[in-house]
Amino acid sequence: MSTSAVGVREEERAPGFWGSTNGKKAVMAVTGAILFIFVIGHLAGNLQVFEGPAKLNAYGKLLHTLGELLWPVRIVLLLCVTLHITATVQLALLKKRARPVGYSAKKAIASSYSSRTMYWSGPIVLAFVIFHLLHLTAGYYHPGAAFIEGDVYHNVVSGFQVWWVSVWYIFSVILLGLHLRHGIWSMFQSLGMNHPRHTPILKSTAWVVAVTIVLGYISIPISVMLGVVK
Amino acid sequence: MKLTLKIWRQTGRKDKGRFVSYAMDDVNAEMSMLECLDVLNESLIERGEEPVAFEHDCREGICGSCGFMINGIPHGPLPATTVCQLTMRHFKDGEELVIEPWRAAAFPAVKDLVVDRRSFDRIIAAGGYISVSTGNAPDGNAILVSKDTSDRAMDAAACIGCGACVAACPNASSALFTGAKIAHLSILPQGAPERDGRALNMVAQMNAEGFGGCTNIGECTGACPKEIQLEVIATMNRDFIRGSWKRRDQEVRTVKPMTEWSTGSKLKIDPHATS
Repeated sequence: MSTSAVGVREEERAPGFWGSTNGKKAVMAVTGAILFIFVIGHLAGNLQVFEGPAKLNAYGKLLHTLGELLWPVRIVLLLCVTLHITATVQLALLKKRARPVGYSAKKAIASSYSSRTMYWSGPIVLAFVIFHLLHLTAGYYHPGAAFIEGDVYHNVVSGFQVWWVSVWYIFSVILLGLHLRHGIWSMFQSLGMNHPRHTPILKSTAWVVAVTIVLGYISIPISVMLGVVK
Repeated sequence: MKLTLKIWRQTGRKDKGRFVSYAMDDVNAEMSMLECLDVLNESLIERGEEPVAFEHDCREGICGSCGFMINGIPHGPLPATTVCQLTMRHFKDGEELVIEPWRAAAFPAVKDLVVDRRSFDRIIAAGGYISVSTGNAPDGNAILVSKDTSDRAMDAAACIGCGACVAACPNASSALFTGAKIAHLSILPQGAPERDGRALNMVAQMNAEGFGGCTNIGECTGACPKEIQLEVIATMNRDFIRGSWKRRDQEVRTVKPMTEWSTGSKLKIDPHATS
């Protein structure tokens, strides 16, 4: 037994960058970073709801008058979402193949809650984004009141006055926060940046950024429900 | 002390395997986990039963031969310890220990707690080395290495290749192992000339073995008996991205994983036979 050979010299051509697990993670990191920047920009834009209807509607109009720029940005975002999800699905399928027989007992000892729930928080946030687009971008499904094209303020406020829409929104944004709490530092790791002194700071920053984003977003439906914004 | 050992028994690759519980009434608290299995095996042999197969060699925590799951944690509950160094006093009297082998497609079962870890050897063979000229030993101070750098390389080089990282990973990824084997060379100037190709080749072989992908969650580093840090995975990622970017026309090739045991003979001998 001890003289067993380790490998047979039957060589195969290795798959390229995208074909490797590390390459897929690098793609996920870059696409995740772009989507993260969008999440911040979107928040900054949306907080104008506190400045009244005129300001928010003007912002909405500004985005639409960008014209040639709006669709390229949307296409980039859509491409990022597609690549991010494709890589996830492929890695999840690989995960299944990589451990065909599971453990009877398995304890998590060193990982964070948010990192272990990425496979859950991701799909739920995706479902929310689809709902959110139908709800406030396309106006295809807008319970409570009629969707008025161009009157962003009215659509947001009347939309969030429906209690379950707000609850669903708050729930999804909290999951997005959990997703970002792991994602923000994980993208640096995937791209090869880790430092014993800087990474702990990065992890704390990820916490602060994720909590800030969640608080920023949920302040909108909460204010609507409390009647602060009407 | 009294313990119940619920151990995974599997006669060979074709067997499905099952748990068997063994009650042990007189466990010495100063014994190591492996010595406890030795005592159990003595009693099994006396009763005419098949002893529990497990791997071991140095029994001082540096060879990387031993390792199995105890109650869902690789190498048991004590951090930075292999099962050969884990003494029984860390368990409570009357406790039940669930003992099972590493589980991963790239670690096919051999028998009981023994798995085939040759996938690790093939990853190292794919690039875990540096090329040096033969002849006289080079001058000791020809290449200057700072203390800080050599410490970092030594931290990565502490990897004993036991496989606990793969066992702990929910994705059954060997990123920590491959990262350590890349980083301990890549950090040093001696490893610099082959840096790009090394990461490309070793990552390609790691993927060919059927390990899962790393999701940066860090279970591996918690289970590692040598406390290898996640930084080595980042080093692997950086070298891999760098190598992919800089590559010109060198083709990366992988070796087909071999899962059978060679008998070194053309005679039809059952390689799984125990005697």
